Amino acid sequence: MAFRLKLVPEKTNIDFFRWQFLTFGLSTFLALASIVVLFLNGLNFGIDFRGGTTIRTESTQSVDVGAYREALQPLNLGDVAITEVFDPTFGPEQNVAQVRISAQDGAEAVTPETVNAVEAALQEVDPSITFPSVESVGPKVSGELVMTAVYAVAASLAAISFYIWLRFEWQFAMGALVSLVHDVLITMGVFALFQIKFDLTTIAALLTILGYSINDTVVVFDRLRENLMKYKKMPLREVMNLSVNETLSRTVMTSGTTLIALIALLVLGGDVIRGFVFAITFGIVIGTYSSVYVAKNVVLWLGVKRDWSKQPTDEVAAQFRDAP
Amino acid sequence: MLHIDRWKRILIIGLCVLGLAWAMPNLFYKRVEAHNDAVAAIEAAGGSATPEQQAAEAGWPGWLPSDLVNLGLDLRGGAHLLAEVNTTEVYKSRMDAMWPEIRQRLADQRATIGSIRRVEAPEGVLRIEIEQPDQIAAAVSAVRELATPVASLTGAGSSDIEVSAEGRTLTVQLSDAEKRATDDRTVQQSLEIVRRRVDEVGTREPTILRQGSDRILIQVPGIGSAGELKALIGTTAKLTFNPVVATGSDPQSSAGVGNVILPDTENPDFYYTLEETPVVTGEELTNAVPGTDQNGQPAVDFTFNPSGARKFGAYTSANVGQPFAIVLDDEVVSAPVIRQAITTGSGQISGSMDFDGANRLAVLLRAGALPAELTFLEERTIGPELGQDSIDAGRIASLVGLLAVIGLMVASYGLFGVFASVALLINLGLIFGVLSAIGATLTLPGIAGIVLTIGMAVDANVLVFERIREELRTARGPARAIERGYENAMSAIVDANITTLIIAGILFMLGSGPVKGFAVTLSIGIITSVFTAIWVTRLLMITWFERRRPKTIEV
Repeated sequence: MAFRLKLVPEKTNIDFFRWQFLTFGLSTFLALASIVVLFLNGLNFGIDFRGGTTIRTESTQSVDVGAYREALQPLNLGDVAITEVFDPTFGPEQNVAQVRISAQDGAEAVTPETVNAVEAALQEVDPSITFPSVESVGPKVSGELVMTAVYAVAASLAAISFYIWLRFEWQFAMGALVSLVHDVLITMGVFALFQIKFDLTTIAALLTILGYSINDTVVVFDRLRENLMKYKKMPLREVMNLSVNETLSRTVMTSGTTLIALIALLVLGGDVIRGFVFAITFGIVIGTYSSVYVAKNVVLWLGVKRDWSKQPTDEVAAQFRDAP
Repeated sequence: MLHIDRWKRILIIGLCVLGLAWAMPNLFYKRVEAHNDAVAAIEAAGGSATPEQQAAEAGWPGWLPSDLVNLGLDLRGGAHLLAEVNTTEVYKSRMDAMWPEIRQRLADQRATIGSIRRVEAPEGVLRIEIEQPDQIAAAVSAVRELATPVASLTGAGSSDIEVSAEGRTLTVQLSDAEKRATDDRTVQQSLEIVRRRVDEVGTREPTILRQGSDRILIQVPGIGSAGELKALIGTTAKLTFNPVVATGSDPQSSAGVGNVILPDTENPDFYYTLEETPVVTGEELTNAVPGTDQNGQPAVDFTFNPSGARKFGAYTSANVGQPFAIVLDDEVVSAPVIRQAITTGSGQISGSMDFDGANRLAVLLRAGALPAELTFLEERTIGPELGQDSIDAGRIASLVGLLAVIGLMVASYGLFGVFASVALLINLGLIFGVLSAIGATLTLPGIAGIVLTIGMAVDANVLVFERIREELRTARGPARAIERGYENAMSAIVDANITTLIIAGILFMLGSGPVKGFAVTLSIGIITSVFTAIWVTRLLMITWFERRRPKTIEV
């Protein structure tokens, strides 16, 4: 017997419903808490969604946030946020900061004068400073991007539910929908709680999470459908447990490979896409959890058609066949 | 039993080889890029090549594929602008141009409608008061005779102007159908002009696209800053030559009918009163090049086309000793006095400009004027170093992720894990091959998409392997187990990947720039990973099985 790494024992018999008040309760609590946090803290929208300018600065001298702020004070730019950026991929002489300026009142278009003034003021503080990236988004576009993002998430949810409904049953579609909303809400809650920058790429990350989470859920559903045909007399709850147990090894393995690859990117991929990668990584964990603990609970509550082998019109014949 | 038809084997291997061949140039990115640039330059020069170009061209054999993955702005560095065309501006000039015609038409009927007068109105609307309110119907029908049908598919059947009357006031404006048609034309023209201007500067692979009804997206790799790009495309560059009526220092003084007061470029307190109708416009230029004036100062030399030259010659010979103004974007650049008739059809613009300015003005005049002003809604500049840092970080992260996944797969599934890893490597190659072949753009989130694919690509294999393990437990022999494993895993693989593809499709529609790049790599990754995970691993597995004929297998 050659050595095999087994993340999950060959045969498991875990009762996934045993603690369902705890697990589903926790999910419900986290989802509700996320809504509360979203309302209390709000999301830390990037310029994609609220307009404004971000300037990335890089210098051989260490970043002095106070001095930067003082230099920008006389320009009267309103809300200015300056943060130093740290990253393991930076060299020793690489000191990076991010300056964010909110959209200027009454200016629909982006004003290059503002950017030039900011750059000049910062150069005064630190002559070696350079500006590797400058991005400005006008309030008009940012308003539209918010709507596009909302539509995209809604359209994805609708399209996936519809597909699941076609391929399975409406109860499965509801289960998938609930677990997807759960994933999106909690991920957004984490973004609101830690005030991580939320921009267009975060939306892309959210959609990716949807894709991954549904992928996981579908594998469980597929096995469930198969087992429902195989074990016609077994209570639904047990068929579900059996299906999750049978696919558990695959679920853990796939999440494992995906997480390993993503963690490599999270650590080594640089700070520019860290928020994006963080959202996906977090979402994969929560998505895996929800496909095991959320989606099928909903299906269990809604109940499901038990006889998959025949058309409903065959009921009479089925009765005869099943008769002793 | 386990079997793959010979033609399927050839097809699978052929597709892999083809994909990898298309991907290969990306391993020698710099060299192939130099080769491609040299080939394009030599072709543009009509076959003649400098020694450097010849060397660059020889750096990559011509018979090999030479398509590369385009790097997005966030990886290559460059400028991105989103501009909105102020289409309503054109309505005003259309109505202003119509006024003399309408005035003429109404003047012909002076006997019945009495005297007429143009009154204050919002931009793009013409209001005319007539003396005899009871004759307003006659005035309306007279103006309506000037209407022409709208020249567009959607607006067919409607006329270009709308005439209405209230009391003694006549209101004329463009009809909605004509406005739509005009908007469309204005944006098309602007797009064309922007493209010509960017091409004149000769940067590599600019992207200039129309977005929505009235926006233009401009992406130029390798340009230093968005400001530089804006200076080039944000200027309207409307050049006219107008007769000078008077000069003065009061911009508020009354200009008189048909005249305008415009400021001087150099002296802000100096104003010219000009006739509004130009003698010649920039549209009649055939060429403009930077040069120097008699004092050695930077200037732009221009040449008129024959009809422009004729008009200019006629005007100058009739007005020797009079000044005329060269007007650029509503500012008087200079107002020389005509010393003698200029019949050669060429001239010079001099004034306050440096050599860069002269160069830029020449480019702008050659490319033509924008029909309407552009407003910039979004602008992004990414420095090339930042892009290179991102590429390096992405490369290291992908490698580490790849090795970790391979390690985990081999540790978990042994020899079968090796098969899956080989398929994974081929999958990576295929992603790059497809990206190169379809000329897609790789962005930073796109790299994340590839890393995500590395992790998720093995999913189909994991599903199959887990199934084979289960089937082995029921002990029906290894060949049967492998076959059943594939059969039973198929529906899960298909459903799981189609749902992900749906998401990728929506992402593509939502996306601008980087997000779109992510959607593209994700979609390609899904398709190639299903192909490699199902067919390539199966081929490897079956080939191994046929050679060894193992009695038992261990997954």
